[in-house]
Amino acid sequence: MRKCAALTPVVKIMNESDQGTITITVNGEERGVPAGLTVRDLLAHFELHERLVVVERNRQIVRRHQYGEVPVTAGDTIEFVHFVGGG
Amino acid sequence: MPVVTKKLEQLDEPLEIAGHEFRSRLIVGTGKYKDNETMVKAITASGTEIVTVAVRRVDLDRTKEEGILYHLDQKRWLLLPNTAGCYSAEEAIRYARLGREAGFTDWVKLEVIGDQDTLLPDVEGLVEAARTLVSEGFKVLAYTNEDLITALKLEDAGVAAVMPLASPIGSGLGLLNPFTIRLIKGRVSVPVIVDAGVGTASDACVTLEQGVDGILINTAIAEARDPVRMAVAMKQATEAGRLAYLAGRMPRREQAVPSSPTAGMLD
Repeated sequence: MRKCAALTPVVKIMNESDQGTITITVNGEERGVPAGLTVRDLLAHFELHERLVVVERNRQIVRRHQYGEVPVTAGDTIEFVHFVGGG
Repeated sequence: MPVVTKKLEQLDEPLEIAGHEFRSRLIVGTGKYKDNETMVKAITASGTEIVTVAVRRVDLDRTKEEGILYHLDQKRWLLLPNTAGCYSAEEAIRYARLGREAGFTDWVKLEVIGDQDTLLPDVEGLVEAARTLVSEGFKVLAYTNEDLITALKLEDAGVAAVMPLASPIGSGLGLLNPFTIRLIKGRVSVPVIVDAGVGTASDACVTLEQGVDGILINTAIAEARDPVRMAVAMKQATEAGRLAYLAGRMPRREQAVPSSPTAGMLD
């Protein structure tokens, strides 16, 4: 896996007190999120329960044991899915 | 004298799917309930051991609301993720993989839909997706139309069960084609579980009387005025239909035959 730290400074537009914000697509919508997050951080950012949600990053399922390692990078397409009622 | 009623376990064998045994021949869906509390009560009352769920995006604007997994005890019910709403093999495979990850289960109810109005299956995509998912270790229960040749192809692809429809999803029209359902049951060796179209208890009963192994019901329970009562009705109808099948019905006759002796009548 690539290290996320190297990607952090790329979008260093100082509009907030943050170190920077990147744009990613989450569940079909463009969203700005802090740079340098892992998938685990992103779940926490959206207040999602790790056990109840599955993450797809750029069409690849991210396994739960990898949440702490997989970086979220600018332009990523993330899907958060879970079970709902169905027949 | 007390009435001795044999327990169902003594009267019927368990339903076996992919090496797993189930006492109940009724599978129920979890969709369309007015709230989760009613859903849990209804599926409990149905006596089912398998419940279906769908895979969908989390609503990020209401993140405090848990998904359905929060309400379903996986020790109590086997969760069967479906691929409802998928219109290609590729899409269905993607949803099946997400369902496996979400539910820690390799069971999937495979649907590949071919048409929005009727929700009838795209059998070409279905067989293709079934082959791929079986090769990935999934236990595939394949929702299909009531067509023998497709059922045979699915069996050949290695599915754990074929699930021919009684009538279109959510239609409540009941079992429209008992002949083809019997034909499928007579020819495939994997379990045949009729899925979709049941409207009320008599539909479930008639379906099981055809000799199929099980039935899947969602809308007929969820959309009943009282889902819990209907769940009990469906449980009893499923059991009644199954037992009537095993008992073997009397022949149909065009003429009346008296039930009481004709001899011994008074002059």
